[in-house]
Amino acid sequence: MTVYVAHRLLQALFVCLGISVITFLLLHVAGDPVLLLLPQSASDADVALLKQKLGLDRPLVVQYIAFLGDALKGDFGQSLFTQESAFSLILERMPATLELTLAGTLVGLAVAIPLGVLAAIKRGSFLDRLSTVGAVGGQAMPIFWLGIMLIILFAVKLRVLPASGRGTLAHLILPAITLGVYLAPLTMRLTRSGMLDVLTQDYIRTARAKGVVERVVLFKHALRNAAIPIVTILGIQFGRLLGGAIVTETVFAWPGVASLAVKAIRTYDYPVVQGSVVFLALLIVVVNLLTDLAVAWIDPRIRLGAGRD
Amino acid sequence: MTSLGRLRPLAAGGLILGVAVCAAVLAPALAPHDPYAQAVGARLIPPVWEEGGGWTNPLGTDPLGRDLLSRIIYGARISISAAALAVAVSMVLGVLMGLVAGYYAGRVDTVISNLVNLMLAFPFLLLALAAVAVVGPGFRNMVIVLGLTGWPIYTRVVRAETLKYREREFVLAARALGLGSWRVIWGHVLPNLINTIIVMASLEVARMIILESFLSFLGLGIQPPTPSWGSMLGEGRVYMFTHWWLAAFPGLAIFMTTLGINLFGDGLRDLLDPHRVLAAATARAE
Repeated sequence: MTVYVAHRLLQALFVCLGISVITFLLLHVAGDPVLLLLPQSASDADVALLKQKLGLDRPLVVQYIAFLGDALKGDFGQSLFTQESAFSLILERMPATLELTLAGTLVGLAVAIPLGVLAAIKRGSFLDRLSTVGAVGGQAMPIFWLGIMLIILFAVKLRVLPASGRGTLAHLILPAITLGVYLAPLTMRLTRSGMLDVLTQDYIRTARAKGVVERVVLFKHALRNAAIPIVTILGIQFGRLLGGAIVTETVFAWPGVASLAVKAIRTYDYPVVQGSVVFLALLIVVVNLLTDLAVAWIDPRIRLGAGRD
Repeated sequence: MTSLGRLRPLAAGGLILGVAVCAAVLAPALAPHDPYAQAVGARLIPPVWEEGGGWTNPLGTDPLGRDLLSRIIYGARISISAAALAVAVSMVLGVLMGLVAGYYAGRVDTVISNLVNLMLAFPFLLLALAAVAVVGPGFRNMVIVLGLTGWPIYTRVVRAETLKYREREFVLAARALGLGSWRVIWGHVLPNLINTIIVMASLEVARMIILESFLSFLGLGIQPPTPSWGSMLGEGRVYMFTHWWLAAFPGLAIFMTTLGINLFGDGLRDLLDPHRVLAAATARAE
C-alpha cells in the first residue's frame, strides 16, 4: 500500500507541476497580456511601462519561478480590474461552486441509481428500454440549451422559479437539475452494467439458493458490490462535473469559481484566469487522488497490482 | 434483441445525421432566404404556429429580421465542419502518440502517458476556453484549440490496444521477418485498431459540436454575422424572456445532431466490435 500511495502521490505532484507550466505558458507565450490590456493606440513606451509594472519584462523562466513561488503561497496576483487578490476572489466563490456541484451530483444520483438498478433487474423490459433511450438523449443534451429551456419554461412561462442568481433553495433547483441531467446518463448506464455484472456472480446464485429474500439479495448483496465501480466513476467524473458546472454557472449567472473564470477569460483578467484554472485543476487532481486511494483501500487487488495500469 | 433490432439505433442515428449533413451540403438550395439578409420591417416575427407568424418565415426571425430557419440550415455547415475538422486534428495527433507509446513502450511511453494524465486532469473546457481567449476567437483558431486539446482520449485507448497487439503472434512474426517498426505499426497494428478509432471519432464529433457551440455561445468561437448554432443560441439567450424561439431552435438543432451522432456511433460500435457483440451473445445465452 505504501508503495502504491507513494507512486500515486508522486504522479499527482507531477501533474500539478505540469498544470502550472501549461497554464503559465498558455497565458505568457500564446498571448501577450499587455497587448490585450492596452488599447491599440498605446505607444511602445506605454507597453514597456506596463510590462515593467507587471513584472513581464523579466525572462520567462524567472517569471515562471516567481509565479510558482507565489502560487505555493496562495498568491496568484491581483485582479487587473478590481485590484483584489485573485486567490481571495476564488475562495469567496468556492462555496457557491461546491453547493452547485453537490446539489447537481445528488440530483444526478437520485435519478441514475434507482433507474440503473431497476433497468438491470427488469432487463429488456419497457422500463429498461425507456431509461436507455433517456440516457442516450441525456448524453446528447447540450446542457447550456437545457438550462435556457428550463428558464423559459419555469421562470418565464410558469413564473414559479427564479431565472438566475443564488440565495434561496428555489434558486438552486434549476441549476441542480441542469447539472444532474449532465451527470445522470453515464452514471445510470454504469450502474446498470455494474448491476448486471454482479447479478451473474456465483455468490448471488448462492444467496438465492439459500432462500434469501430477493430484496435483500438485490440491495445487500448486489448493489453493495456494484457500488465500487460507481464510486470510482464518480470520482473520475469529477473533472466532467466541474466542466458541467462551468456551463451551468454561466447560464444561470451562478456566482461560483467557474463563472468567475469565464468572466475573467472574456475580460483578459489574466491573474484571475491563471488562479482559477490552476485552482480548479488542482481540485480535480486531489479528488482523483483521493478516489484512487479510497478504491485501493477497499479493493486489495489494485494496491497489490503496484500502481501500473 | 434480434440482430435487426440492434441496427435500429444505427439507422435512426444515420437518418438524423443524414438530414443534418444534407442541410449543411445543400444549404444554398434548401434555405428559403439569404441567412444574412436583414429586414427591418420583419424583426422578431414568431414561428408560424404562434400568433403573428407566417409561412414566409416558418421558424420566425431574429432581432435583425433575418430568417431563423435559413440561419439554422447554414449553421449546420459551420457547426459540423468545425467539429469534424477538430476531430480530424485530435484523432491524427492522438492516434500517432498512442501508437508510438504502445509500440515502443519504455521511456517514450512513460513520457506520453504522463502527458495524457496531465491533459486529462485539466478541466478540458476551461483549458479550451482560456486557449481560445488567448489566441483570439474565429473558426480556424477554434478548430486548432479543440484539436490540440482533444487528443488524449485517443492516445489512452490506442496505447492500451497497441500494447495488447504488440505481443500477438502476427506482430511478432512481422518483426521476426525484419520489417521496420513503422511498417509493423502501419501494416499490422493500425489496421486492427481502425474500428475502435472510427467509433471513438464518430462519438467525439458530437462532443466537439457541443464544445464548439458552447464556445460560440460565449462569444469566443464563431463571430457574428456568420450563422453558427452556438452563436445563435447566445444571441437568443438575450431575448429568452420575450422571444423564446430565438434560443429554442438553434439549441434543438444542436441536440438533434448530437443525438443522431451518438445513436450512429453506438450503433456502429455494436456493429463493428466483435468482442462486444460476442460478449452480449454469451450474456444472452446464460
